Amino acid sequence: MSATATPALDVERLRRDFPILSQRVRGKPLVYLDNAATSQKPRHVIDAVSRFYASENANIHRGVHYLSERATQAYDAVRERVARFINAAAPGEIVFTRGTTEGINLVAQAWARNTLRPGDEILLTGLEHHSNIVPWHLVAGQTGAVVRAVPINDAGELDLGAFDRLLTDRTRILALAHVSNALGTITPVRWMVARARDRGIVTLVDGAQSAPHLPVDVQALGCDFFAFSGHKVFGPTGVGVLYGRAERLEAMPPWQGGGDMIETVTLDRSTYAPPPARFEAGTPMIAEVMGLGAALEYIESVGHAAIGAWEEELLGYATERLGELEGLRLIGTAREKAAVLSFVVDGVHPHDVGAVLDDEGIAIRAGHHCAQPVMRHFGIPATARASFAFYNTRDEVDALVRGLVRVRAVFA
Amino acid sequence: MSSLDELYQNVILEHNRSPRNYRAMTDADGKAEGNNPLCGDQVTVWVRMEGDTIGDVSFQGAGCAISRASASLMTAAVKGKTREETDALFDRFHLLVTGRLPTGDTETLGKLAVFSGVSEFPIRVKCASLAWHTLRSALDTNTTSKE
Repeated sequence: MSATATPALDVERLRRDFPILSQRVRGKPLVYLDNAATSQKPRHVIDAVSRFYASENANIHRGVHYLSERATQAYDAVRERVARFINAAAPGEIVFTRGTTEGINLVAQAWARNTLRPGDEILLTGLEHHSNIVPWHLVAGQTGAVVRAVPINDAGELDLGAFDRLLTDRTRILALAHVSNALGTITPVRWMVARARDRGIVTLVDGAQSAPHLPVDVQALGCDFFAFSGHKVFGPTGVGVLYGRAERLEAMPPWQGGGDMIETVTLDRSTYAPPPARFEAGTPMIAEVMGLGAALEYIESVGHAAIGAWEEELLGYATERLGELEGLRLIGTAREKAAVLSFVVDGVHPHDVGAVLDDEGIAIRAGHHCAQPVMRHFGIPATARASFAFYNTRDEVDALVRGLVRVRAVFA
Repeated sequence: MSSLDELYQNVILEHNRSPRNYRAMTDADGKAEGNNPLCGDQVTVWVRMEGDTIGDVSFQGAGCAISRASASLMTAAVKGKTREETDALFDRFHLLVTGRLPTGDTETLGKLAVFSGVSEFPIRVKCASLAWHTLRSALDTNTTSKE
């Protein structure tokens, strides 16, 4: 036993909170290792969503009636919970979105589009998911700004020397992933954000892959924006969060217009509500927000320290076991990694790896993981990716290894 | 046989290991590139016509066993065929991999019948069809260059 004070997870007990995990697929017990794509949902989340529809459903911020008041209170209570979860200074800094992608697009359109001038530079990294690349291409096309990217090395880590050189007087925003979805690399976000802020550069952190695994403290990170998705933190699809520092959100015009984001409307003009309402036009995904609140409550009850310790153990064990397999090469071997293993098998395309594993009831992802620049760096079209959550077990790692032995046998 | 064994029949595995006509062609009169944006798979197909029929056809690219074997078996199947015969063959092949070809018609496909297992895996239909779509584009470039 290690000497840390972290309480061990009772993984078998936690697994019983996730109804989907007890099923069999293709006649075998499900081994779900596609958590970076989406996580499974505990009973608490499923119940919160169905309870809302069964007994609490009403629109928010409108009605004078009992149900609407209760729904409004519950919705705003989740905003407060999210603020505590990522240590935002105030609930008003929390904007509900459809997901990480929408959060990044919101910043690109409401901030960057109104701010950037021709020749200004948007700095990304070579690790980004397409959702933190394409919105910047769109805004570059609209403004004449230029997109640049910090290169990566063969371990899948950012080249920090190049990062320093790429920070110039023209750089206006740094937008980077906290954890790479394709490789699992944990980037030195705090340090990079500090370097950028010293130069007055706005910073956005894509937290889609970090929020499920690491404690997030947006004030300690020092970023202006932080985006993450509900469905990757064991919550529902269709809901996400954009954190924006109060003074940034205050200075931004609305992105979409509609109900709920206004102060007054005449037929000639509108005045806009203060943030966060300014950025939440129309009836939001109320039930999903309730589910998100339940998901964050669930994560807090499990505990970030215990989650982190268990996932690190799983990562270490899986890295060791996969390392023993002949003809298997890990892609992404950064010193700082979340529990993601991307790999290729000699002579076997990742899709075929995925198909054989699927026949064993093992769910992994095969493909470019919406990170084609990462694939291009390694000169491969695709990888197979096993991504873990705290409910995964060492037995499941063993099942993955047995499946990979079969992959080699089928394609020998 | 399990669905997985149906999918990866020996002929497919063998063509994946040693694909036929896997080469660039220098004297081609038609060439096209095909991509599957879902998985990043890429294939290039070359054709050379002899009168109305396909005199030679070859391919190169990166893809899964299904897409590689499909490209390989396609090159063997369409050599000597006219454009119309090739189109008709692809139509039947597409019915096969989408599970809509009447059982009795399977043998008309010859060796291509080994792809019948694909119909159990809808996501792999694109893998099996990529080379065929690309061949059609290559034949189209050939027509335009001639006229």
